[in-house]
Amino acid sequence: MSTKSGFPRFVYIFVTFFLIAPLIVLVVASFNASRSMQWERFSLEWYRRLFFQSRDLWRAVRNSVVIALSSATVATIIGSLAAIGIRWGRFRLKSYVQTVTLMPLLLPEIILGVSLLIFFASIGVPLGLGTIFIAHTCFNLPFVILIVLARLEEFDFSIIEAAYDLGARERDTLIRVIVPVSMPGILSAFLTAVTLSLEDFVITFFVAGPGSTTLPLYVYSAIRFGVSPVINALSVVMIAVTVALVLLARNMLKYIAK
Amino acid sequence: MRNRSGGLYTAPVTVWITVFFVVPLAIVVLYSFLEKGLYGGVRYRFSLDAYRALANPLIIRVAWTTFRIALVSTIGTVLLALPAAYYIARSSRRTMLLVLIIVPFWTNFLIRVYAWMAILGTNGFLNSILLSLGIIGEPVRFLYNQWAVIVVLIYTSLPFAILPLYASIEKFDFTLIEAARDLGASRFAAIVRIMIPNIRAGIVTAILFTFIPNFGEYAVPQLVGGRDSFMIGNVIARELTVTRNWPLAAAMALIITVITAGGMVVYSAANRTRGRGSGRRV
Repeated sequence: MSTKSGFPRFVYIFVTFFLIAPLIVLVVASFNASRSMQWERFSLEWYRRLFFQSRDLWRAVRNSVVIALSSATVATIIGSLAAIGIRWGRFRLKSYVQTVTLMPLLLPEIILGVSLLIFFASIGVPLGLGTIFIAHTCFNLPFVILIVLARLEEFDFSIIEAAYDLGARERDTLIRVIVPVSMPGILSAFLTAVTLSLEDFVITFFVAGPGSTTLPLYVYSAIRFGVSPVINALSVVMIAVTVALVLLARNMLKYIAK
Repeated sequence: MRNRSGGLYTAPVTVWITVFFVVPLAIVVLYSFLEKGLYGGVRYRFSLDAYRALANPLIIRVAWTTFRIALVSTIGTVLLALPAAYYIARSSRRTMLLVLIIVPFWTNFLIRVYAWMAILGTNGFLNSILLSLGIIGEPVRFLYNQWAVIVVLIYTSLPFAILPLYASIEKFDFTLIEAARDLGASRFAAIVRIMIPNIRAGIVTAILFTFIPNFGEYAVPQLVGGRDSFMIGNVIARELTVTRNWPLAAAMALIITVITAGGMVVYSAANRTRGRGSGRRV
């Protein structure tokens, strides 16, 4: 059947344009000397201010990185273990674990944010980096479990049985057989978790306290009342960094998968 | 690992998710039935005040606005996503076409919203173009109304709709369309009556992935919305931080949770009937 029908093609082109054009506008605006969107002349002024006159911003970047790495690490370790248990285990709470761990993924973000805020307040935990870490680990877990489970689906259980038959103990099997084989899944789970954590605004907004501003919270307060040229420059840097990270991750995964 | 040690492996996650997800949700349920405290928090006395407050015309209007905005943005998203996903699935350069859809979403969510503020703002890109072309005499206020919210929600949801639609169209057996055509169906009828029912699971997924997050949206109406686009998410945040009526915030959060759970039930029902009815998993 020919696919030369014009309508889907037209919609696809429109959608792609609709998705990409706003980002191009930002890139162009970041090199504009003017504060408004009216083109004046080429300038690197906003980049200079971004890199040399935005200390709060870089502190927020540091907070974001600390939280992303720590929450992704914890979520990846306990989430991968859970995926292994769910895949092959038979135990009492299995259906509870399977349903409940996925729920943070399905509910709108605001629900997790609100319930954690109320929870922390009711037991008197002060809001700060610690509470953000807990919240991020919560929403990272379902992604880690799903990604690692997908990898384990391809895994032949007879390899594990072989390890036992050859006399391996439980721990040896885990560390020397299961983990190495599922490494591509575990790594892509970790990278996904880092990305989700760096990206999150809504949940963080509810559980952040004074002094625990993350990058999205900083961006939010900067754009709250309109356009800010330094944020244009920041956007371009962030787009460039993400593209670089995604390419790096892809090559790394390809290398490991071999 | 041995089958019986499954509980051991899942123990850390079970504890984590119980303490930091199930218990907090239970506290939300509890709070919604308590009296509000003077400066936030609650007094431990049973009360239905929060649910009575939900019947307030103002809250009902916000709920209706939220539903309408989520519905219109979902319809817009799916209507754009369906033909786009179809085109990708039928193309020989699928990977490239998909990458073009996904790449914009490597960009931070707030930056994507911000891009629209830069375009639609009073001193924004669109206004400066329209002004310099002489189409308008003075800047138009595109931002801070529900149409801005809807455009940005469509923008942020499109990939979440395109990807599941693409996945199900890709698996669809297009010889069925040819068969329908051979039997005399028009091209349009063949697509509507053969393809659409077969990719129903993909369509339902796309609708849920768009509608549920949009219904609970907080940031977008806060940034580009106005008085006509105050959504439930914004009321919850206001009740928590400004007005400090925590039982009311809890009750509203519960309503969103219940609506989401309802959506999930619809979703699994749609999947089940399809599996049974057609006798083949597509």
